[in-house]
Amino acid sequence: MTITSAPVTGEATKTWSGRAMPRKEDWRLVQGQGSFVDDGGMYGQGYAWFVRSPYGHARIVSIDCEPALSMDGVYTVLTGEEAKAMCEAPFFAIAPPPGSLMQEWPLAVGKVRYQGDAVAVVLADSRETARDAAERIVVEYEPLPAVTEGVAAADPTAPLLYDEAGTNVVWHGVFDYGDVDWALENADHVVKLDRLHFHRFSSTPLECNGAVVDFDHGTGMVSVLSNYQMPMFAAMVIGPTIGVPMNKFNFVTKDIGGAFGLKIGFYPQIAALALLSKKAGRPAKWTEFRTEHMLTAGHGNERTFIDIEVPVMADGTILGVKARAFDDAGAYLHYEPLGAVIWSQVVPGCYKLKHVRVDYTEVVSNKCPVTPNRGYSRMQHLWMIERIVDVVAHELGLDPVEVRKRNYVQPEDYPYETPNGCIYDSGDLPRSLDIALELAHVDEWRARQRELGTGSGRRIGIGIGSTLDSGTNNFGQSRIINPELPFSGNGEVAIAKLDLFGEINVNLGTTPQGQGHETTASQVAADILGVTPDDVTVSTGFNQANNAYVGFSGTYASQFAVTGLCAVMGAAQKLRHQIVKLAAFALHADEDEIELAGGVARVRGDEERAIPFIGLANMVYTNNAGLPAELLNECDLNARYAYVPPFEVPDTVAKTGNLTLTYASQVHVCVVEIDEETGEVKILDYAAVDDCGKRINPLVVEGQVHGATGLGIAASLYESLDYDESGQLEEPSFYEYHVATSLDIPNIVCGDIESPSPFTPNGAKGMGEGGGAPLHAVCSAIQDAIGAGGPIVTDSHNHWARVYEMLQRAPGAPRGVEVISRSAGSDTGATSL
Amino acid sequence: MGERGTSHSVTVEVNGEKVSRIVAARQLLVHFLRDTLGLTGTHIGCDTGNCGACSVIVDGKLVKSCMILAPQADGATIETVESLAQDGALSPLQESFHEHHGLQCGYCTPGMLMSATYLLRQNPEPTDEEIRRGIRGNVCRCTGYVNIVEAIREASRGQATERRSVQATAGEEV
Repeated sequence: MTITSAPVTGEATKTWSGRAMPRKEDWRLVQGQGSFVDDGGMYGQGYAWFVRSPYGHARIVSIDCEPALSMDGVYTVLTGEEAKAMCEAPFFAIAPPPGSLMQEWPLAVGKVRYQGDAVAVVLADSRETARDAAERIVVEYEPLPAVTEGVAAADPTAPLLYDEAGTNVVWHGVFDYGDVDWALENADHVVKLDRLHFHRFSSTPLECNGAVVDFDHGTGMVSVLSNYQMPMFAAMVIGPTIGVPMNKFNFVTKDIGGAFGLKIGFYPQIAALALLSKKAGRPAKWTEFRTEHMLTAGHGNERTFIDIEVPVMADGTILGVKARAFDDAGAYLHYEPLGAVIWSQVVPGCYKLKHVRVDYTEVVSNKCPVTPNRGYSRMQHLWMIERIVDVVAHELGLDPVEVRKRNYVQPEDYPYETPNGCIYDSGDLPRSLDIALELAHVDEWRARQRELGTGSGRRIGIGIGSTLDSGTNNFGQSRIINPELPFSGNGEVAIAKLDLFGEINVNLGTTPQGQGHETTASQVAADILGVTPDDVTVSTGFNQANNAYVGFSGTYASQFAVTGLCAVMGAAQKLRHQIVKLAAFALHADEDEIELAGGVARVRGDEERAIPFIGLANMVYTNNAGLPAELLNECDLNARYAYVPPFEVPDTVAKTGNLTLTYASQVHVCVVEIDEETGEVKILDYAAVDDCGKRINPLVVEGQVHGATGLGIAASLYESLDYDESGQLEEPSFYEYHVATSLDIPNIVCGDIESPSPFTPNGAKGMGEGGGAPLHAVCSAIQDAIGAGGPIVTDSHNHWARVYEMLQRAPGAPRGVEVISRSAGSDTGATSL
Repeated sequence: MGERGTSHSVTVEVNGEKVSRIVAARQLLVHFLRDTLGLTGTHIGCDTGNCGACSVIVDGKLVKSCMILAPQADGATIETVESLAQDGALSPLQESFHEHHGLQCGYCTPGMLMSATYLLRQNPEPTDEEIRRGIRGNVCRCTGYVNIVEAIREASRGQATERRSVQATAGEEV
């Protein structure tokens, strides 16, 4: 064995941050050497299979596990009642009453509330035996009437999911900013929409959920190897339930095959597996299968807006909006009702709306629980705002580009305070729109649209989607939902270490799922430590034993570029400080004379006086006799840094405060062609302009833009999760759920501008969720193709049949919109268009 | 594996190595590769043959390995993602996926690479439209397919350039 100092690959003085570097992770992933959850396991593990309800809503009469237990190879079965008896409390509730009365346990107790609700779980010596055994368990159900629509679920006469709550309403609140009544009375026009519906869909990561959980009776340790994306949130929720303190968990993640927020929702399964392991005395491995995922892993929030009123001035200035929103959380509250406040990070969208009142109701229904899904909760609201801006232009005969530019927050307005106290940090929306229009060749398509005229059987439509990708939550906003919650602020941790032979290692608190954290963290650390990114090893995934975490650690909500990379920056700077101090001692120099380059600390201008990192590591780890205690105390070469963004606790009564640190923006332009005979929508041109402040790795940023755009287009045209009245999911596999393929997603042309954030140490803004821009843009394009006098696009999902119906709708049929206009000098002269 | 019921002997050549195992009659080829042989590069994404994460090449044909039973592959020659890199060097397609950021989470990537490998064997210089058709059976949720199409196109161009220079050299020799 040859021992050499690990770094020193040259090129050390280059600046790596900001470069479009191909990723380090790729090497293992392109060779099939990634380590995903189902690839691993634990010694002596059994295989778990959940027994799930075929009904949307039913009482559990009896469960007979005997036929399964008598099979060879079956270790044990755990039922809901048994699991509850092993627990100390139901899962922690975010909501105050009545939402807090809607209790959840690791497995269903007494009744099932959605199709796929787990009533028992089997552990056996193989996956096949476990599945066979699960089929033999006899569960007798008494079916109950179901409710599967959000507005209907709020009706007091609807079937109740939780008798003990006495209502299906989880949470209700009025968000009232400015004076919308004044605005409606004084506007030149009031545009009224009956209903807008943001549909239920999921970004369905290609790797399903999975976990291997071991409950060690000897130490009391619960080891969780999983692809869960916010590990300490799971620990905080399930710990008090199963009676495990935080320091007895060891959450570990490795490579994760996509998550998009959806891998926050499966902590009940982890809790059930911990109890199953405890009962069986061996580790329990569970790998979700696709239909199980479609039924139970979590869907995105479905939201219905009704009674929408928009005050508009004659010049197209939109004063605000008034609406009622009903958000359907599904059967259990996983992370909900946080969505009921998270949307308010973007109250006015990209626009200077001053007067906004949203009467917000969140309900439970007999559908799969919702879980954050890329663009979580803000996307639904942004879609509503973007629809009304589009409809205002459409109904008042104004240019949709001009209406947007007139109402956008302008470049000179930043930092811009929204009516609810959020601070938009920077941006240039008009320029972003201009670039997007050019990249999508809008002038040419407008000409083509005119040429085509009527009677060709085809229509061209051009649409715009302006959106925000708010990042780095202030968890204090949760107190607007429940003032008793002990949450505020945010943070992330990184540890930078010089190891025994001078190797540089960085541990993160994040759980990357394709965002390239190993690469971008290496770029940032390399610049500070005077090495190349290849000289920096970033540990894969999360490991609780590394101690690199806070309660909010994980990868979600567009924040890594800020929270994660500022933590890396802080940790690397601390390590650099220690290296410099040690080198100054070793080289008999002043600290300000020391420079780091190529894995060596040296005296500036005197390169003979140098010591490699391995020498410094040796001084601390293995050869420290005689060194001053003060030096050793300060320089342990193991630098932990917690980045904490500057936040205050919001005003929970007024529902105001700075709810998030950064606002990346995206403007998309979409050109569609609609076949009048079939309603089929084809995308002819697509451009996305992103502004996420300073980019650490433009290649990764562009990849995120592509990905969010692809998922948004997929949701707008192909993917929808629908239930029948009894609570049966109509798309329980990839046969029915049309996951968009390479033939469905067009080429996406990207543009970018960089408006650095003044609020972050590195000028970056979190990005990646994309704010649902394609949903906005596609709806806008379809609206444009339908043309004046046609129906309003009221749904975020527009598959061919819905488009066909809109094209066929008879003239004079309800259009879903009404405009009340005040004539000059009169406040009563209403006309309905 | 504690499997009860009928079992079969399966002999296949996987990535150049001949292997024989006794497996359950109902074992899927993908489980044979992953669980029995430990070749975990081949992934499972849907169970219904829609997503292509489990794509491998069997006797020269592209196959979704969750759609056939291991005993049906008896006697076959199988190539998986683990066969693509040779002596520590990535294949041109693997290199190109890396260079052009054609992967993010990496879960679809092994299947995508096998489909792309098959495509370029059939059609060494595909158009973008042909590339999109070639990978239509492989779902990716991260990239919007943009950089995957680019990676395959650029790999094919690189290979085409190489092929032409080889042909030119061969021509000179003649």
